[in-house]
Amino acid sequence: MLVQTVASASQAHPLSGTIAEWVWLLPVLPLAGFVINGLLSLSGAHFGPSDPNTPGHFPDAETAISDDHAAVKRHRWAGLTSVVGPGVLILTFLLALGIWQAMAVAHPDTPFVQRYFSWMPAGDLQIDAAFQLDQLSMVMILVITGVGALIHIFSVGYMREDPGYPRYFSYLNLFVFFMLVLVLGANYPVLFVGWEGVGLCSYLLIGFWFNDKANADAGKKAFIVNRIGDFGFLVAMFMLFANIGVLDFAGVSAKALELGAGSALVTAICLFMFLGCAGKSAQIPLYIWLPDAMAGPTPVSALIHAATMVTAGVYLIARSSFLFSLSPVASLTVAVVGAATAIFAATIGLKQWDIKKVLAYSTISQLGYMFVGVGVGAYASGMFHLVTHAFFKALLFLGAGSVIHAMHSAYHSTHSLEDAQDMRNMGGLRRYLPITWVLMWIATLAISGIPPFSGFFSKDEILGAVFARAQGSTLASAAWLGIPGGTLLYVIYGVGLAAALLTAIYMTRMMLYTFHGPSRTGEEEQKHLHEAPWVMTGPLVILGILSAVGGWLNLPEVITDLVPLGRTDVLAHWLDPVVGSATARVSAGAAHVAPSTEEALMGVAVAIAVIGIVFAIVRLKPAGLPRKRDAIPEHGFEGVVANKYYVDEGLDRAIVTPTYAISRNFLWRIVDNGLIDGLLVNGSAAVARGFGWMGSRLQTGNVGIYAWVLVVGVLAMLGAFTLR
Amino acid sequence: MLAESLALTAALFIIGVIGVLIHRNAIIIFMCVELMLTAINLTFVAFSRFYGTAGQVFVVFVMTVSAAEAAVGLAIIIAIFRHRQTINLKDINLLRG
Repeated sequence: MLVQTVASASQAHPLSGTIAEWVWLLPVLPLAGFVINGLLSLSGAHFGPSDPNTPGHFPDAETAISDDHAAVKRHRWAGLTSVVGPGVLILTFLLALGIWQAMAVAHPDTPFVQRYFSWMPAGDLQIDAAFQLDQLSMVMILVITGVGALIHIFSVGYMREDPGYPRYFSYLNLFVFFMLVLVLGANYPVLFVGWEGVGLCSYLLIGFWFNDKANADAGKKAFIVNRIGDFGFLVAMFMLFANIGVLDFAGVSAKALELGAGSALVTAICLFMFLGCAGKSAQIPLYIWLPDAMAGPTPVSALIHAATMVTAGVYLIARSSFLFSLSPVASLTVAVVGAATAIFAATIGLKQWDIKKVLAYSTISQLGYMFVGVGVGAYASGMFHLVTHAFFKALLFLGAGSVIHAMHSAYHSTHSLEDAQDMRNMGGLRRYLPITWVLMWIATLAISGIPPFSGFFSKDEILGAVFARAQGSTLASAAWLGIPGGTLLYVIYGVGLAAALLTAIYMTRMMLYTFHGPSRTGEEEQKHLHEAPWVMTGPLVILGILSAVGGWLNLPEVITDLVPLGRTDVLAHWLDPVVGSATARVSAGAAHVAPSTEEALMGVAVAIAVIGIVFAIVRLKPAGLPRKRDAIPEHGFEGVVANKYYVDEGLDRAIVTPTYAISRNFLWRIVDNGLIDGLLVNGSAAVARGFGWMGSRLQTGNVGIYAWVLVVGVLAMLGAFTLR
Repeated sequence: MLAESLALTAALFIIGVIGVLIHRNAIIIFMCVELMLTAINLTFVAFSRFYGTAGQVFVVFVMTVSAAEAAVGLAIIIAIFRHRQTINLKDINLLRG
């Protein structure tokens, strides 16, 4: 692949002259949507606390102010926005489909690089504004635009009553623009522009209802935690440039071997890059922002904080597979952190009551799974789980949005201040939301890993890859902090299975408490519960179908030997030109796992998922659950888990409070007030004033003294000249 | 001859300077300044006796300028007096720093 990249410069690329030449239009369409919706928003909206409309319609807010609802009115351009916002996404998706078709026909071995202009020519540093289209970015583009279009359509129903409706869509369009820049960038700096841009949109959308301080704080938290990761990403880029002098993907992959396979240098670069991935993709220790990010509108959680943006870290590692495959230590670190995050977040998910928080921790856990996949060098499996996760997690979030929408409008109509997102206030919703109920069960089965739903295939592939690598690979023969890689991989496999068990339990728990058992919503409110309009259920149905059949993307051979379902490993073959050589490098020396072993592994995985679901159904009794206002706080270990292991509180004490104290007592009182204001600003003024005072004493205003001074001066000068 | 003339003019000039320095009354100071100018004029005249007539030309210039200066200076002094009913320089110190 590396040699071919160089050779392709001389001959025409198979994609040149096709629809792929229009790749620049992919991000430009959402950008145009952003501009249009942004102008509409500016032309008809007021911002800030003085706007009587803004405190109105908060589907997600803990306490909606019911009295103000009379004042809520739709934005005057809401109709136009409903066309433009989702419209640009649908167009983008259609264009992406066309490009995908051209790519499927040509099946190029090398990336199709479109160079637009020279962006940063500075000495040896030559960075172009260039897009790169290959199989990996194509997968991401289809997910972003496809799932993104569905979520945009869903948003039309979910957000239509909101006074900030065009602002919402302008941010959402801008997000898609930056996300497409991220996956299309042909070098690390262009990718970084998209990387920061999606972070900005994430911040804007988390704090979308900024009148509530908690929401604005959640946005800031996400932004600041991500800065820590971005620092790592930047350092990785600097190190790459300092050592091999290039930053475009083709150049780096060609020169990656110069860094030395397994050297400390390449390990350091990979680890710094992984710090960036951990920030963006919410891995330990930087996962803390994602649960808080649920303060944003629910479709935002579906699009940004589940399906696309948070998977950017997985994409970056798959994109940099030529680096990570050179460093077994860094790869094992990725896998270890992924596995630890998967089990850690899953345990927290067990005790959450907010329906969106359950899904948030589930997302963190599943992202951990993806990192296990890309960490053990199974880049295609990680990407496969990314795609299926985008389907079923978007479905789960949108389903939760549908539930919250129903709950909120029920509480709204009775002017109740109850929490519309707390599962203790739900129960028995399947009678009112039958479509959502069925579809969310499909997603739950998919995420739990029940065949034939999509999650089973992708999760099983990752676990299978871990098992296979443990038996023999460059990872198994390496050591991580003194632990033999092979042993470590078996541990990761076990942790993955445990996380799968917990996943099945907490997802079933969420379904039971939300949709089954008696209704805890309240007598009066139950009359107002209703299924969402078609504009919301339509995308749910499509995502439900995708969640169910998504596994067909990458059928394992073991299954097709048993049941002839279709071609095997489609996605793996599709991604082979991009990540194939890196995968081969990692799995060098791996023994082929016998089909019987593979079947046994699958059997274990399915058994564990079934055990989890059955356990949850048997143990959890939604009937006896108190409502939120009657609930007593949990104690002991359960309380610790329900409070997320007090990680936020611990970080608050360890970092935030000392930072505040240092800022207030040292930086503000001493450095700012004392040194800068006191010594430098006021001090220099005092010196000038002192000299001025001394000078002004000479001006007595008495002409006689002036005459004396004049005469004495003349005499002194005469004397000086005479005596010289 | 020249030495005596210069001694006379120097004496006149010093008297003028001392007058400026020790007096408070603006009119007297003004007269002392005129005395200094006269001393300088005498110096020019004395030099022109030995070194050519250019000195006498300067004397004419100096007299012209000092006449103008006297007119302006007296006008200022009168204006000050009208304003403040005094021409004692000790009391006129508005530009004190």
